[in-house]
Amino acid sequence: MREEISDMSEDDETGERARWAPDLSKNRSDDSDSGPGPPIGDSPPPFSDQILENVLENVLEFLTSRRDRNSASAVCRSWYRAEAQTRRELFIGNCYAVAPHRAVERFQSIKSVVLKGKPRFADFNLVPFGWGAHFEPWVKSFGAAYRHLERICLKRMSVTDKDLTIIAESFPLFKDLTLICCEGFSTFGLAVIAERCRHLRVLDLIEDYLEDEDDEVVDWISRFPETTTSLESLVFDCVSCPFNFDALERLVARSPSLQRLRVNHHVALEQLRRLMARAPQLTHLGTGTFRSGAGFGEVDPNLDLVSAFGASRSLVCLSGFREIEPEFLPAIYPICANLTSLNFSFANLTAEELNPVIRRCHNLQTFWVLDSVGDEGLQAVAETCRDLRELRVFPLDPSEDSDSSVSDIGLQFISEGCRKLRSILYFCQRMTNAAVVAMSKNCPDLVVFRLCIMGRHLPDRITGEPMDAGFRAIVMNCKKLTRLSVSGLLTDKAFEYIGCYGKLIRTLSVAFAGDSDGGLRYVLEGCTRLQKLEIRDSPFGDASLISGLPFYYNMRFLWMSSCNLSMRGCKEVARNKPNLVVEVIRDGVEEEEEEEIEAVEKLYLYRSLAGARTDAPAFVKIL
Amino acid sequence: MEGKSSYGGNMEYLKATELKLAPPGSDTQEATSGVSTRPKKRAITGPNEQHTKSKVQVVGWPPVRPQRMNSFRARRNETVDESGGMYVKVSMDGAPYLRNIDLKILHGYKELRTILEGMFKCSSLGGAEGYDEEGHAITYEDKDGDLMLVGDVPWEMFVSSCQRLRIMKGSEARGLS
Repeated sequence: MREEISDMSEDDETGERARWAPDLSKNRSDDSDSGPGPPIGDSPPPFSDQILENVLENVLEFLTSRRDRNSASAVCRSWYRAEAQTRRELFIGNCYAVAPHRAVERFQSIKSVVLKGKPRFADFNLVPFGWGAHFEPWVKSFGAAYRHLERICLKRMSVTDKDLTIIAESFPLFKDLTLICCEGFSTFGLAVIAERCRHLRVLDLIEDYLEDEDDEVVDWISRFPETTTSLESLVFDCVSCPFNFDALERLVARSPSLQRLRVNHHVALEQLRRLMARAPQLTHLGTGTFRSGAGFGEVDPNLDLVSAFGASRSLVCLSGFREIEPEFLPAIYPICANLTSLNFSFANLTAEELNPVIRRCHNLQTFWVLDSVGDEGLQAVAETCRDLRELRVFPLDPSEDSDSSVSDIGLQFISEGCRKLRSILYFCQRMTNAAVVAMSKNCPDLVVFRLCIMGRHLPDRITGEPMDAGFRAIVMNCKKLTRLSVSGLLTDKAFEYIGCYGKLIRTLSVAFAGDSDGGLRYVLEGCTRLQKLEIRDSPFGDASLISGLPFYYNMRFLWMSSCNLSMRGCKEVARNKPNLVVEVIRDGVEEEEEEEIEAVEKLYLYRSLAGARTDAPAFVKIL
Repeated sequence: MEGKSSYGGNMEYLKATELKLAPPGSDTQEATSGVSTRPKKRAITGPNEQHTKSKVQVVGWPPVRPQRMNSFRARRNETVDESGGMYVKVSMDGAPYLRNIDLKILHGYKELRTILEGMFKCSSLGGAEGYDEEGHAITYEDKDGDLMLVGDVPWEMFVSSCQRLRIMKGSEARGLS
C-alpha cells in the first residue's frame, strides 16, 4: 500500500518507509547504491562456499532496507556477491553519481528502479533548461539487462517519448510507471505505454510537464487495451491537455482493481459523477475541477453528486478541487469522517467555506490548503483534526509583496491542536519567534519543519528581532527533525544553533539568510548527518566552501546559488576531492566562452563514482 | 561570531546585508537573473504580472512550483485591482453590434455562458466542450493573438489571458478543438 506522502508529490521525506525517503537510521552514508565492497569480476568461490552463498542468498531475499543491504554487501566478498544477486530494488539518489553500466553489472536481478535527477531548486527555475538528468542512457542499459523489470520511478528526470517507447518494448512484465516532476515527454509517449504495457497497474504522472503542441495531442486514454485491465492507479492531473472522456469512462468501467484516480481540470462535476458511478471502490480520488459544466440539461448536478459521494464508502483521499464552486461542497459531507487525506491546495476557499467541511474531518492525517482560509480557517483545523500528521499551507498569491491571510496566529493554533504533527510546510508573511517556539514545544514529533516567510529578511513581526530564537527552539526541542527549511531574518547565530542541535538533519534549505562564512561553517561541521544542502542568496564565500571539504563525500549534494563564491574557491574544492563533481552553472551562455568570469553564480557539487559527466551543456562547466 | 545589535528597522544595516543579484562588488540595481526559457509556449504558466512593483521579482522566490504560480485570481469580494473590472469585447457572427462583458465579476464558465446567452438571446450556447445543437461555439483571442476554444484552461488562467470573445458558427470553430 503506497504512502499518501509520495502520492502528493512535493519533495517530502517523512515517514519510515515513504518511497522517496532515505531510511532514518544511524549510518552516515545512506543511499549510495554502490556501498563499499570488493570489485566485481573476481574468480568464483570454492564449492563449499557456493553452498553457503546459496543459503545466504535465500536469507538476503528478505532484506529490503537499502541501508541494511549496503552494510551486508560490505561484510566480505561472498556477502557482496550474494547481496548483489538478491537485490530487487535499485535506488539511485543522484543519476550522475554512478554510471548506468556499472549499476547494471553489479545488480543483475533488479525488478524495481528509483532514480532521481535534477537538484530540487530546478523546480523553481534556478536550473537552466537542458541541464541534464537524461533518462535515455539508463533506460537503454536497463532494457538490455533487466528483462524482469516491473517498476520505474523517476523524479526530476528528462524523459522523452523515445525513452517511454523503450520501456514499453523492453519489459514484458512492466507494471508500474511513476514520473514525478519530469519533463520531455508528451501524450504520444503515454499512448505507447498505455497500448503496449499489458500488465500495467500503476501510471502515476505527478507534477510533470508535458511537451504537447496544441494540435498534436494524442488520444492516449483510448489506447489502453479493450479487455479488462489490471489498473490500480491512474493519476494524470498534470496532463493539461483535453482528453477523451468517454474513453476514460469506459476504461474505468473495465478496470475493477482501480483504487486511485486523479483526473485533470477538463472534468466537471457531471462527468465526475459518472466516473464515480463506474468505480465505487475508489480509495483515492482527484476531482479535477469542482464546478458544474455548462448546459447539461435540467438534471440537478448537486443531487446526483450527493448520492455519488454517499455511495463511495471507501474514499479516504480527496484532491483536485480546482475552480471550485463552493456551493457543491456539501456533497462531500457524507465521506468527510472517512477521509485521512484532503488536498484543498488549489481551492480558493474562505474560512467560512472551509469550516463545515473541516469540522467533519475528524480523522484527517494529511491536509493541504491555501492561505485564503486564513488564521481562522486554521483554527478550525486545529480544533477538529487532532490526528493531523502533515499540514501544508500554500500561498494564494505566491509573491513577496502579497498579503497572506495566515500568520503566527494560525501557526500557534495548529501547534496547540495538532500535537501529533510530523510534517509542516507553511507559507506566510508575518511570523513571530513565539509561535515557532510554541510549535517546537507542542509538536515534539516533528520530522519536517519548513517555514517560508515570503518577504525576504523579515524579522519577528512583534519584537523586530531576527528569527534565530524560533529556529533554535525547533532544532533543540524537535529531536526527530530530519528536514528543515529556514526563512526570515536570520543571523549566523541561527546556523550555530542548527549545527549544534540539528544532529539528525539530512536536508537543509537556506535562502536569504546568514551574515558571513561562519554561518555555513557551523552547519557543515555540526550537522553530521547532512545529506542535501541547498543554499541561495546568502553571504557565504570560498572560505566556508573550503571548510566543508572533509564532509562532502558524506553528502549527496551541495547547491549554492547567488552566494559569494568564486572560481578560485570552487577549483580548490575540485582539486582536493577527485570523487566530487564540481559544476559551475552559468545563465544565458550559448557557446563556450573563452573569458572566464571569476564570480560563481551557481554551484552544484556531488559525490560520484562516474567522474565528470559527458552530457553537460555549454553553460555547465565541470571543474 | 558577534551578532549584530542594531535591528528594529535599521534600514542601513538591512541594505548592507541585502543580497543583490549582480556580481559581487558592483553597486548596480537589483536585476533578475536569466530566467530559464522553454522553447514552447506553456499553457500553465503565463507571464508573472504584478499589480504593485515595489520590488523587482527574484527568480524562484517564493519557492512555489510553476503549477501554483498564477493559478488563482482574487475572489470577487476581494478584488483590489485598480483598473476596476476586466472588460472584454464580445462579438457574435451575424450580430450587428459588439457587447462588453466584465470577466472579473464572473466565477466560472457556467456563468459566462449564461450571461452570453442572455446577451445574444440564444437558446443555448454550448455544452461543456463549447458546442450546442445550433452549432455555435464560444472562442476567445488570447494574449498571443491566437484564437482559442473557451473552456480548455482553468478559469483563472482564461481570465488573465482573454483579450476578446467571439461567438462563431460551430463549423468555423471545428479546427480549434
